[in-house]
This record gives sequence, C-alpha cells and structure tokens, in this order.
Amino acid sequence: MDIHEYQAKALLAGFGMPIAKGGIAYSPEQAAYRAKELGGEKWVVKAQIHSGARGKAGGIRVCASEDEVMDAANALLGRRLVTNQTGPQGKLIGRLYIEEATDIAREIYLAFVLDRSAERIVCVASSSGGMDIEEIVETDPDAIVRVPIEPAVGMQDFQAREIAFALDIAPTQLAEAVKALKACYRAFRDLDATMVEVNPLVVTGDGRIIALDAKMGFDDNALFRRPQISELRDKSQEDSREMQAADRGLSYVGLDGNIGCIINGAGLAMATMDMIKHVGGEPANFLDIGGGASPERVAKAFNLVLSDDGVDAILVNIFAGINRCDWVAEGVIQAMQKLDVPVPVVVRLSGTNVEAGRKILADSDADLITADTLAEAAEKAVAAAKFHQTVRAES
Amino acid sequence: MSIFLDENTPVIVQGYTGRIGSFHAQEMIDYGTNLVGGVTPGKGGERHLERPVFNTVKDAVRETGAEASVVFVPPPFAADAIMEAADAGIRFCVCVTDGIPAQDMMRVKRYMRRYKREERMTLTGPNCAGTISPGKAMMGIMPGHIYQQGNVGVIGRSGTLGYEAASQMKAMGIGISTSVGIGGDPINGSAFKDHLERFEQDPDTKLVVMIGEIGGPQEAEAAAYARDHMSKPVLAYIAGLTAPRGRTMGHAGAIVTSVGESAAEKVEILRAAGVGIILRPSEFGNAVAAELEKL
Repeated sequence: MDIHEYQAKALLAGFGMPIAKGGIAYSPEQAAYRAKELGGEKWVVKAQIHSGARGKAGGIRVCASEDEVMDAANALLGRRLVTNQTGPQGKLIGRLYIEEATDIAREIYLAFVLDRSAERIVCVASSSGGMDIEEIVETDPDAIVRVPIEPAVGMQDFQAREIAFALDIAPTQLAEAVKALKACYRAFRDLDATMVEVNPLVVTGDGRIIALDAKMGFDDNALFRRPQISELRDKSQEDSREMQAADRGLSYVGLDGNIGCIINGAGLAMATMDMIKHVGGEPANFLDIGGGASPERVAKAFNLVLSDDGVDAILVNIFAGINRCDWVAEGVIQAMQKLDVPVPVVVRLSGTNVEAGRKILADSDADLITADTLAEAAEKAVAAAKFHQTVRAES
Repeated sequence: MSIFLDENTPVIVQGYTGRIGSFHAQEMIDYGTNLVGGVTPGKGGERHLERPVFNTVKDAVRETGAEASVVFVPPPFAADAIMEAADAGIRFCVCVTDGIPAQDMMRVKRYMRRYKREERMTLTGPNCAGTISPGKAMMGIMPGHIYQQGNVGVIGRSGTLGYEAASQMKAMGIGISTSVGIGGDPINGSAFKDHLERFEQDPDTKLVVMIGEIGGPQEAEAAAYARDHMSKPVLAYIAGLTAPRGRTMGHAGAIVTSVGESAAEKVEILRAAGVGIILRPSEFGNAVAAELEKL
C-alpha cells in the first residue's frame, strides 16, 4: 500500500525526522489560507498523488504570493497528473500540500528497502540527491552507500555515523543526520514498511537537515496490525478495477491486451499470459481467483474481466487440485448463464475429475469453446479474439 | 530415494485441529503420509483424526519422534509457529500459510541462524503448496494423484503451475522423485539453490526442473549454483514474460523492482549458466522427455 508525501512526512516526523512546515489543502481558497497561516514570502504547492517524478511533470510549483498559490492550486486540483511512473492515464490530484519554501544547500538521496537477497532492511544513500535511484545507479554507481541492518538489534549509531560521513555531512550536522537516519529506519521497522525514500534529504542554507520529499510503501500482509496505516489509504489513487478485485479477495492487474484471463494460482496465471503472448496474442489482465475457484468466485471474475471494454475474448484456465473439475465446470456454466457474456469464452480445465468436467462443458448449452491443453487454449483464445475484433469493427 | 520426505518420515501438523489443517491432514493421511499427530496450543491431550494433539511442538517431538512439520497456522501467528518448530528439533518444515508479514519472515530467518548449519531446520515456504515424494508421502495441499513416482526432481515457487508441470509429465509417463514448493513470498525459508544441492546428492534424481517467476534474486543464485556444482541436468521455466515492471502479480514476491528480476533477464542468466530453458509453459512434458532421452 502506498501513501501520500504529506502522510509519509507526518509519520517520519513522529519518529524524529525534521520536516519543513506545511499543511494540506483541498481547494484553492484553502491553499491560499495555508500559505497565510505558514507565513513567509515563498511557498511550494505540491500535488499529492501516489507517484514520484511529480516535479518534472509540473506537479510542484514555487509561488511568491498568496495569489500565485491560489492560481497554482486552481491549475492543479482536479487535474490528472501524468508522470513517468503513472502511465498515460495519470493520477487525479485531489489534494495539495502547501509547504514553506526551503533554501537548499545540498541534496542527498536516502532510502531504506527490504533486500531480498540479504533478507534484511538495507539503507541505500547517495550524495547525488534529487535524481531517481535508477539515474544514480547509471551515472554514478560508486557514489551509492549500502548498509544492511542486523534485524536482531536494529540500526546502530555507528552505522548511521558511517553513512553520514560517507555522504560528507559536516561534523556540526552529524547528530542531526544520525537522528534523521534512525527515524527512517524506525519508521520502516515499526510500521511494517516495504520502502522509505527521502529524496531529497536536504541540508539547508542555514545548516539544518530536513526531508524535502518522502515516499513510503507498506507491506499489505502486515496491515492487519497497522490500522493507523490502513486509514491513510486514498482510494482515488488506485485503479478502480484492481481495488474492486482486492475487496473481493481476487488479485487483478490490468494490462493493455484484449484477452481476458481467469485463472487459479499466480504462477499458472502468469504462465497462461505468457502462453497467450507466445501464440501471438496480448493478455488484457492478470487475474488469480485463488485455489478454490468456487462458482461465486468464477462469477465475480467474469464481471471483473468484462468491466474492461477492451476485452475481445476470455480464457478460463483452472487447475482443479483439491476441488474437482466437474464442480468448477458447473460454476463456469452457472456464471455464464447468469451473466450476459458478450465475447467468446474459451475454457480449459485440468486436474481432478477432468473427464467429468469436460463432459459437463460439452453437454451444456452454454456458448463456450473448450480446450484440453494450455497451448490449445491459448491458440483458441487468440483466434476467437481476432474474430470478435473483426466482427466488432464491422458492426 | 527422495529428498526430505518418504513414507517413513514422521510428520506433524501445526494448526492441526483448525478447519484447513484438519482437511489437509486427512488428505495427507489418505495419501500415505506417516502423520503421527498435531499441535494446537490448549488442546493438548485430545485426539483428532485418530491421532494425538499436543500443546507444544516440543511435546509432539518428544512423544512421537516427529521429524517434519506442516504449518497451517494463520498469518499473524505463523512466524511464531515456524520458530517453535525450529527450536523443537524439527528437521523439515513446510509452511503453507499465505500472508505472513515480510518482517516476520526476516526475523524467522535471523532466528534460525542461531542453529549450526547441520542442525538447522530446512524451511520451505511460506505461501507454498508443499512437498511430495510421489507414491510415498505428501506434506501440503497438492492433489497427490496428479504426480507419478519417478526420477525428476522439481522445485517451484508456484502451486498450480507446479501441478500443470507434474500433470504434463505424468501424461507422458514421466515421474517425479520429489517436488518441493518453495513458495511465492519475498522472503522464503529456502531457495532453489538449497534444493538443487539436495537433488544433486539424491541417487534417484536424474534431472531437476526449476519453475521460477519474476522478482527476487533466487533464480540467478540458482543459475550460478547449477553452473558450478551440478552434474545433473537442470531445466528451468520462468513465468511472467508479460508481467509489467513494478506490479505485484498475485504472489507477494512476484514483482520486478530491480535489474535482473524480470523473466527475460532471468532466462538469459540461466541460459548463460548452462541451464536448459523451457520457453513455453506448454512444453514441460516435452522438454523433460527430450532431456531424459539424452541421459
């Protein structure tokens, strides 16, 4: 789960990370009021969307008067901001963060991530702040500091000092840097984050250290014990189909192709999508309906896949393990009878009681195409989608 | 022979009396697994599925001589259950539970380092279908009947894709020595390379099939291991050629976040290490048959 910059900053500040003063605004009037409240002569109006690279996309405006703040807010609120991370549809700007402008002397890149190889939280830092980590890896890989944290004892002061010295932090700012580093680590550990990125962490003209931007992601598997994080969820930033799927216990990822996929198990789902690609088609989605594949789940899956207008055919590929193919077949037929499915459906069953399942499909009135093997199913789905596309183009 | 598990291995179930634990325990018994009892804290002394229930894993090990354990404990408590098994002297543990927080697994792995390597429990999963030595015994949730006994070792991150591979092989008359599910989470109990090592030593395994997917460093580590240490042929399929970067594909661990984690890159790394590539998921049976021909 992702959260907004202002939420991440508030969380990090709770662990001792210094941040600039700021406030949230949902309207231009509120934005101007926030600026007045903060005082000073210069403010930054920052679009709050779940994406990095907002600055390059025009989502961050520096303003020198309350009128300018109002104008910037007017221009941003309600717009969809397209960054290099959002995809072409962009993300809706529903709220703004108005922050006092910071006099930047130096920018530093700082992140904590879960290193799957080391099986530890690792601190990644670089003195080339402001750039994406990918850019830093490409342009100056030697400048990157990586320090793994021992899970049994957590981040030690000496580790934070080593990182600070590697980043050329002045001795007078050392204590503050150590505090900032430990704040990020503690927030990561105590809130079950999957990443904390402060990019940039800045040294100000008057020698303070503050988090100028902040990004946090959280482990969905740990949300059960982090209700304060669940509350920060902003549904306007999520794909509506993926959200619907998640709420129904299904795992869905939308793609650009035209063959809808309904499959049980994540690995088999990915493999089936690959098979579609191998025989010349493009999958419209990843959808794992879980091991059970009950009739209700199959029906929900059809609804979900059909809510994508770009779908020209559906491929159902179920491996019945503990459940049985005859039961899954009944479920598919029931779902198809209940729903008006306007595209061709290819069904491939395998596993327990496969013969009985195939017979039920063959004997039913439901308008479906059956296949015995994975390759055959993919080929038939691709052919059916092409045919449907042609018919659709003509009508 | 087989690895980790045969018809004599004494097995317990943690989360034994729960709905899911009970159902799969019965399936395991029916398959021929030597299930000697189970653990549900607070229900010690009762009997369930005609076998004793214990309060602690230590009690179960002392009373039954259990060497292996299957964990069906719900996600908030599963890490604790794994550590309990490790501390009680269990040698082989299958954790089926899906949804364990990553930091819990980090702590489990750290905790297990307190035991010397030769005394350390082998953990498979979490979020895996289990391990089966066809014709002998099964620990997990897989449908036993789709596996045929034979000489191919299988290691896979995914459940149903592993079933697909096993049934393609069975349809061609090819059997499996042991199939090990390592699970779809970002931090696994054990990795491909750990099991490659075991299969290399198993006289009944002639070749090994790896079923990998996007995300994580495991397949690349296995490639290096296969190149340097395996005399037996290794074949691999990597799922997720069509998966977009930065998106989680069902399994918590199936996400491409850094260089070398995409399916295409993993295929290249494995190929360069001399591992045979199964390009299409419809070719498990054919590819294994062709490789067996050469032996």
